[in-house]
Amino acid sequence: MTEWVVEAKDITKVYQMGEIEVHALRGLSVNIAPGEIVSIMGPSGSGKSTLMNILGCLDRPTSGEYSLNGEAVAELNDDQLAEIRNRGVGFVFQSFNLLPRATALANVELPMRYAVLNGRNRKKVATEALEAVGLGDRIHHRPNELSGGEMQRVAIARALVNNPAIIMADEPTGNLDSKSGDEIMTLLKNLNKDRGTTLIIVTHDPEIAELTDRVISIRDGRIAE
Amino acid sequence: MNFVSSLLEALESLTSNKVRTALTMLGIIIGVGAVIAMLAIGNGTEQAIVGEIEGIGTNLLFVMTNREDVTNPEPLTIRDAEAIADPIYAPSVSAAAPVIQGQAELTAGGNVATTGLVGVTEEYRVVQNVELSEGEFFTGTQITGLASAVILGTNVAEDLFGRSDGLIGETVRVSGQPFRVVGILKKKGGSEFGNSPDDQILVPLTTAQTRLLPRTTKNQVDLIYVSAIDADSVQQAEDQISLILRDRHKIKLGEDDFNIISQEMFLDMASTVTGVFTVFLGGVAGISLLVGGIGIMNIMLVSVTERTKEIGLRKAVGAKKKDILTQFLIESSLLSVIGGIIGIILGWLLSLGIGRIAAASDFILTPAITINSVLLATLFSAAVGLFFGIYPANRASQLEPIEALRSE
Repeated sequence: MTEWVVEAKDITKVYQMGEIEVHALRGLSVNIAPGEIVSIMGPSGSGKSTLMNILGCLDRPTSGEYSLNGEAVAELNDDQLAEIRNRGVGFVFQSFNLLPRATALANVELPMRYAVLNGRNRKKVATEALEAVGLGDRIHHRPNELSGGEMQRVAIARALVNNPAIIMADEPTGNLDSKSGDEIMTLLKNLNKDRGTTLIIVTHDPEIAELTDRVISIRDGRIAE
Repeated sequence: MNFVSSLLEALESLTSNKVRTALTMLGIIIGVGAVIAMLAIGNGTEQAIVGEIEGIGTNLLFVMTNREDVTNPEPLTIRDAEAIADPIYAPSVSAAAPVIQGQAELTAGGNVATTGLVGVTEEYRVVQNVELSEGEFFTGTQITGLASAVILGTNVAEDLFGRSDGLIGETVRVSGQPFRVVGILKKKGGSEFGNSPDDQILVPLTTAQTRLLPRTTKNQVDLIYVSAIDADSVQQAEDQISLILRDRHKIKLGEDDFNIISQEMFLDMASTVTGVFTVFLGGVAGISLLVGGIGIMNIMLVSVTERTKEIGLRKAVGAKKKDILTQFLIESSLLSVIGGIIGIILGWLLSLGIGRIAAASDFILTPAITINSVLLATLFSAAVGLFFGIYPANRASQLEPIEALRSE
């Protein structure tokens, strides 16, 4: 069972939009092995973001089974889900989502502050993470003093600081110029290589998808073969 | 998430929008300041009045005729006073001073003044603790001998002579009759009850009865001041006086034709009045604190809406409901507690200022800030912050992470 990091079976997700039921996912199964780099592709409205939210434990499926690191998620309550996100998943968003008033260091420390083991060496770990993404000289800068590429690096440092099994990146290069975008992709690939972190990248850019081991195409809430 | 870092984060968040934080705090500052100042003034007033009453002497009793409940009361007389002072029948009484009171027109050197006139005996000096700035109190012979002697209050002396010293031996006409000045009362200063001894003159009781304020019954007096031997004997003295006067006035059943009023009754009355006054002032101030609390709730709600995305992110990286809840509760409590501390200082300054103004207008009021009122204000403001923070904080903690992240 535990040979997969991500093991999703017959996942459906139905949103209630007023009177209308929207079927975002219609019975979708996906397995991802540890250390894999997978991209999820599909046109907008295909359900790829919904899938990522469910895989990242930000949302629950309407039906279906989902195990992350061998742990069945369906039965867990909100706080237990929060704990899983804290320990097991790192998020990288298209719009970076850094705390604007906090320094790069404080931003990276954030997941550790909510961790059950409230380590004393938070600052050290956060500094190391920033050094790993090449921002060792920027740790006291605030987001508005950083470029887009640098902000995304801070976000990546934040994502990996609790040593998660998976990093989920939602259009990580969507708000960046191509040069910074390439740098971010290289960084993510290196992390995968050095640490063995599983990487799930949601994108609609075929060039990004080409850099990954496997492409999962989604159309109308189903996997398009 | 440890408490110190939460506190620092809350402080950082509050300082990031200083104007808004200051304006929100202002509501609490004014509220707490008002509570502190109002309670201080209320307590100060009570202490001033209590001090005034106690200044007269805590073991003092007033015996007067009861004209309200009895149709034909037998007036009090000098004989009644003598009976009350009898150490065998009233061992708890140390002295009884009968007086008659009225108004008199005084003239001296072309100046005219209308003043309160009190006809007194020797005991008056002891019972009322009379002090003279010059001259001597009436002697026994002056009192029995219907002497034309007068003791002037300082204000009266100023009005008539333009000075209040070196007046012994001067002549004053009281209701047209010449009186010799034998003494000047020591200045007592302002009095809350209006009839300061500074504005009175004293004459021997017999002189007043026969020549200045004639009464219908022989030896009639208006009031008897009685002092008990000590403050603990006041109640016994009151009982002994009642017995003596009932016997002398032949009252077997029904209402007494006299009233005995003790200092304690005045004190009770005064503290009831000032208590109501304090509660009223405090209540009005409390309402402004409540309004300040609503201001906090308002701003916290705005803050939650503005920071929805931040809340979403915190939840995405692992913040639990209680983490978000405490974050916002700490912010709102911090707002109100800091506001409360500034408010206490403001209230203290305010009450000092009011004390000064009162002193300038001759009303001695020392605003009293008690530990209780400081504690009350602090606890109340912290409670206000918590209470009005709960709703916004709860709303923040209930946000769904994906929806919060999606918001702009």
